[in-house]
Amino acid sequence: MRRVVVIGIGIWSCLGQNKEEVTLSLKQGKSGIGIDDARKEYGLISPLTGIVPTPELKSLLHRRIRMSMSQEAMYAYMASREAFEQAGINEQYLLENEVGVLFGNDSTAQATIEMHEIMREKHDSSLLGSGLIFQSMNSTVNMNLSTIFHLRGINFSVSAACASGSHSIGLGAMFIRQGLQDMVLVGGAQEVNPYAMAAFDALGTFSTRIDEPTQASRPFDQNRDGLVPSGGAAALVLEDYDHAIARGATILAEVVGYGFSSNGGGISQPSEQGSYIAMRRALDDAGMSAEEIDYVNAHATSTPQGDKEEAQALARLFANNKTWISSTKSMTGHECWMAGASEAVYSILMMQHNFVAPNINLFDVDDSAASLLIATEAKEMPVNTVLSNSFGFGGTNSALILRKIK
Amino acid sequence: MEIQEITEKIEMILVEEFEIDAEKLQPTALLKQDVGIDSLDFVDIVVAIEREFGFKPTAQELKQVKTLGELYTFIQERA
Repeated sequence: MRRVVVIGIGIWSCLGQNKEEVTLSLKQGKSGIGIDDARKEYGLISPLTGIVPTPELKSLLHRRIRMSMSQEAMYAYMASREAFEQAGINEQYLLENEVGVLFGNDSTAQATIEMHEIMREKHDSSLLGSGLIFQSMNSTVNMNLSTIFHLRGINFSVSAACASGSHSIGLGAMFIRQGLQDMVLVGGAQEVNPYAMAAFDALGTFSTRIDEPTQASRPFDQNRDGLVPSGGAAALVLEDYDHAIARGATILAEVVGYGFSSNGGGISQPSEQGSYIAMRRALDDAGMSAEEIDYVNAHATSTPQGDKEEAQALARLFANNKTWISSTKSMTGHECWMAGASEAVYSILMMQHNFVAPNINLFDVDDSAASLLIATEAKEMPVNTVLSNSFGFGGTNSALILRKIK
Repeated sequence: MEIQEITEKIEMILVEEFEIDAEKLQPTALLKQDVGIDSLDFVDIVVAIEREFGFKPTAQELKQVKTLGELYTFIQERA
């Protein structure tokens, strides 16, 4: 079977807008969470969010292209640009070679609501302009990236709730393993605005620790009171190993395992068994034992039930006193559709820079996580193997295993 | 509305909103070939005319307009 490697990564998140800034934030245990007054005004219960700047694209892209870009597509463009640059893939290469794109995205709330606002005022669709159709389709990220970067291979969006980004990496790897593609751009994008999160906020799932925004997201802590929504985009360039070697590419990591499962019931209920099956399958796919995993980037979002179910599943595999665990969502908040991709990027940065990022805000460990080796401070150590979990509404679960190539 | 005022408003929209080089904006310039307005841009021009001049041209009407000068005259007749 063909091997799949990562040759470029890019990131636009509340921890920074490039790899260097994000690496520093991860090492320092710096939170990207703050208060968004627009959420209060719009009527959300929680104004907490990851603070993510909107990219300034006027000097980079022509108006015709920008008109079609949703907020999430803008984030994804910046992350993809950085990933292609690191991979040494320029416009000439993209024009001469077939490259695919699979991106995770599961909402286009801002564009859809803007469209509705105009319709409500004008009652005339011919006054909507040309851009909103391309911003409001769920494939907005894919259609923009494929157009901008001349991508002519596989091209569709992966909508799998908060596991979208992770499944996009798994699926991209499968296309390469099968010999159907030599190179695929994968990733995840998440819009950051009040519209996108109102209905999620309605469930009472979000932290309301507004007097301490940077301490609001506290995965595995006994006093966690909910997740903090966040977003941005993360991108990875995947390539067939032999193809990458032949081109002289620098290999960042190998995608050695992809496991998935579906809980089969409970639209918003996390499942210990479903989480376990996804991780077990990823390990089997990689031909590895749990003891061989140096670090687990947990899904743990800081919700009471979700963290508990995952901790129990992790305890079945990783109560070995060898595998370090942390949830980077303690710093980023829950990056939702993007999370699986961003957490793969964070994990690769840890592999490259030999450290485990901390699970900040863990003051009193929940009983369910007592047997786990959770890093509460950044830990300098070689990280050669990583398992990254992502779980979503509808019971969709994904686990990825990445390995450093020596 | 005076043709001069219409010209200034349209030139401002094309330069600032559509990011078209001002030097291309001669009254004899063909909208598609010389100014570079494509089919999607025409959808946005309808929105801009409605906003600036208070009436909405139909797609059929705009198809008859070939040059910038004709666009100014068309707006003057309707606005």
